[in-house]
Amino acid sequence: MDFGFTTAAYVVAAILFILSLGGLSGQESAKRAVWYGIVGMALAVAATLIGPGSGLWLMSVVLIAGGGAVGYQLATRVQMTQMPELVAAMHSLVGLAAVFVGYNAHLEMGNVLAMDDAARKATEGFAALLAKKDSVEIAILRVEVFLGIFIGAVTFTGSVIAYGKLAGKVDSAAKKLPGGHLLNAGAAGLSLICLIWYFNTGGFFPLFVMTLAALFIGYHLIMGIGGADMPVVVSMLNSYSGWAAAAIGFSLGNDLLIVVGALVGSSGAILSYIMCKAMNRSFISVILGGFGGPAGEQMAVEGEQIAIEADGVAAALNEADSVIIIPGYGMAVAQAQQGVAELVRKLRAQGKNVRFAIHPVAGRLPGHMNVLLAEARVPYDIVMEMDEINEDFPNTDVAIVIGSNDIVNPAAQDDPNSPIAGMPVLECWKAKQVFVSKRGQGTGYSGIENPLFFKDNTRMFYGDAKASLDKLLPMID
Amino acid sequence: MKIGTPKETFEGENRVAMTPDSALQLQKLGYECVIESGAGDAAGFSNATYKAAGVEVVKTAAALFKAADVVAKVRPPSEIEIKRLRDGQTLISFFNPAANTDLMEASAKRGATVIAMDMVPRISRAQKMDALSSMANIAGYRAVIEASNNFGRFFTGQVTAAGKVPPAKVLIVGAGVAGLAAIGTSTSLGAVTYAFDVRPEVAEQVESMGAEFVYLDFDEEQQDGSATGGYASVSSPEFREAQLAKFRELAPEMDIVITTALIPNREAPELWTEDMVKAMKPGSVIVDLAAEKGGNCKLTVMDEKIVTDNGVTIIGYTDFPSRMAAQASTLYATNIRHMMADLTPEKDGVVNQNMEDDVIRGATITHAKDVTFPPPPPKVAAIAAAPKKEAPKALTVEEKKVAEIAAFKAQTKNQVTLLAIGGALLLAVGLVAPASFMQHFIVFVLAVFVGFQVIWGVAHSLHTPLMAITNAISSIIILGALMQIGSSSFLVIILAALSVFMCGINIFGGFLVTRRMLAMFQKS
Repeated sequence: MDFGFTTAAYVVAAILFILSLGGLSGQESAKRAVWYGIVGMALAVAATLIGPGSGLWLMSVVLIAGGGAVGYQLATRVQMTQMPELVAAMHSLVGLAAVFVGYNAHLEMGNVLAMDDAARKATEGFAALLAKKDSVEIAILRVEVFLGIFIGAVTFTGSVIAYGKLAGKVDSAAKKLPGGHLLNAGAAGLSLICLIWYFNTGGFFPLFVMTLAALFIGYHLIMGIGGADMPVVVSMLNSYSGWAAAAIGFSLGNDLLIVVGALVGSSGAILSYIMCKAMNRSFISVILGGFGGPAGEQMAVEGEQIAIEADGVAAALNEADSVIIIPGYGMAVAQAQQGVAELVRKLRAQGKNVRFAIHPVAGRLPGHMNVLLAEARVPYDIVMEMDEINEDFPNTDVAIVIGSNDIVNPAAQDDPNSPIAGMPVLECWKAKQVFVSKRGQGTGYSGIENPLFFKDNTRMFYGDAKASLDKLLPMID
Repeated sequence: MKIGTPKETFEGENRVAMTPDSALQLQKLGYECVIESGAGDAAGFSNATYKAAGVEVVKTAAALFKAADVVAKVRPPSEIEIKRLRDGQTLISFFNPAANTDLMEASAKRGATVIAMDMVPRISRAQKMDALSSMANIAGYRAVIEASNNFGRFFTGQVTAAGKVPPAKVLIVGAGVAGLAAIGTSTSLGAVTYAFDVRPEVAEQVESMGAEFVYLDFDEEQQDGSATGGYASVSSPEFREAQLAKFRELAPEMDIVITTALIPNREAPELWTEDMVKAMKPGSVIVDLAAEKGGNCKLTVMDEKIVTDNGVTIIGYTDFPSRMAAQASTLYATNIRHMMADLTPEKDGVVNQNMEDDVIRGATITHAKDVTFPPPPPKVAAIAAAPKKEAPKALTVEEKKVAEIAAFKAQTKNQVTLLAIGGALLLAVGLVAPASFMQHFIVFVLAVFVGFQVIWGVAHSLHTPLMAITNAISSIIILGALMQIGSSSFLVIILAALSVFMCGINIFGGFLVTRRMLAMFQKS
């Protein structure tokens, strides 16, 4: 077996993966970056099949091809609006795979330890690696296996629940079993006891108990987090799946697994951090679920919400020179992105300056809105981030809010007692006129009244976003 | 209950407070409607049209006051009308309570509740009953029409076979409701329109109507119009000087000047002085909408049109809304109808004089034999006060340097501390762990570090592709499964095979989806 060749291939693969992530800094270089990733993966798998994983290689190839066929079907059929569900579902697969591989490592360890010296020398593959370990290394291995299974199990159930919530199969409201976080703490404590137990005995039972506890933690943790915090949850699960891979990498002594796991883990962690910062909340408070109680009396909202019909919106748009559109989850739910894109095309054809303002936590996945707009063939150079465009609102004739609420709530700036006080928001109310496309008079996810809807320059354009746009489009000339 | 509208007794008043349309709406609120015979004639609404709308027509004003529980009219009541009021009756009309204290006290004595339409507070909820604004809107429109009627030329510029006609130049002073309406009318007639207001924040509105805002070269702390409910207030003498100088400069160029500057409860400020009138070209027209309060031009004669020695026409009419009686009546009647709708929240045809309601309290000037004017300030500010913004202090160069050095020091301190802690932790691990573990551990730490460095550079808009691609590459765990699949234990083989299969899904699914997404991003 040529392990030197394998290591060399791993080095190249690791570099390719790093380039692949780094390439995502721009839209154009990203198209190249994804190929780096694909080549890196192909190289890694091929090198493993030829090197240390050559046992039953034919079966491996068949299985990969089978999985590939399923993956191909999934990837080509999925709607862009279902992207969050798909990503969550795929995380659960990684989590489950980590659990299985971890168990395998445990089983092999048992097998190898039971062998005598002669038999050990005859082992192959992974078992051969195990056979060389001394007792301290075996102890460390146990911790690594344990951690890998634990993180993998949390990732698995967490992702399944996140998938259910995003796909609407599980109620997306925050729910907790009686006992709340005590249950999670209890399960974590139990896992810790199991770790010590397993560390000393190496038995199967503590590993199994811990797996059940970890599965429960994953389930209960994500059940307790509401729909609007999903961007953080998904990126957090992304991070976990990376750490799980890294932990398994340690137990298998595979550097490439460690490198890639660490890359993915830190990527997810940074994404979670960015999302939390965009909501001005700490990571802990998002994970523990729910908004903190208001610090005092919230400002009462005075005035009334004034409705407007499509013709009024059309007239204002026809006259406007500059328009900013602020999409939110409501646009994704109503599948209105095509209508929005059509509206933008028509307005731009008249020489108007039309742009999009994207809040970092708009939607259910980091960057969700960007992908939806790209799918509808909106050019990415008119899709702006919050920091790029917030200063431009005062010079804008019309701002259109489509299915977003908390991210355009002026209370975040004006009312120090608001639960979302201090959260950076899109200052759309500074535009000359604001139209809000909204299904009804309800409050947003956080249940906070939005003073924007009561402002003098705001008009409410009630109705399903898609139906509203269909009414509006023929009137734009 | 019955709502009645008498014929206006004021000389030359053509408006009427109820139209057949508004009567239909009032009946929906549960009221019966009564009207004095001939009340709508001057505005173009005949008795027959009222009858068709289900309104009872009575012969005399006296009979009407007797029949109606609520009397709605336009002008403040005359003394005779006051005498006809009875205890518990409600009168709705313009009143100008600050000037008509005697009438107000007389009404209070008779026990009637008087709701003054000119006292409706300026809050967004009450806009639908703001009769002053609807009348001002008409006045602004009509002022331009009267001006053009007295102006011997086109408003719009034309190039004809008979020669070139320059467009008229119109200056509108005061961009309140009337001013804005005048701007709209003037620009739509094709005139080059300029507008001025002491409140610089209305410049945007002026420009949105198609006029050019006249800015002064004047640095005084700008007054915040929101503090006075959106109305103008008295300006400083220096400001006034700057303003007059600007007008003097503009006067010779202007063909038409429409002044609408009013300050609540004060005489109208003099803005267009005699020498400016003298400087104007013959044939020019001035319409002074402030004539009732003494006029923005001292030459204005109330209710009359005069021509000065140098041929400038000055119009001082005060009855612009009445000159468009049909339109004015429709709008006023609608304002009344909205007021009644607020007074009868149950739609049961009974007036509920809710003195807790800001709008009703503000407009009511006598109630239950008491004078309730002036009202307490409304609970809601008319316009949200713009928070005073403190200009960020400009840092001097030295201060900036100091701040930069401090920031640099803090950053260095942070980094050194983190490195020290990290190093100590690594050392601690290294003391216990065997060398084989440490080799992997170094790789791990470096990879985390590289990850942090690389991911910060990822564009926000590519976060979803980033998640998809990291998802795909986290299937690298397949390597572990591949290494295990050659085991001698059947259970291990099964589990490893399942893992390989799942990772296969993930690898292909993840990369394909990423490619699909990235292919969609395109430049315009």
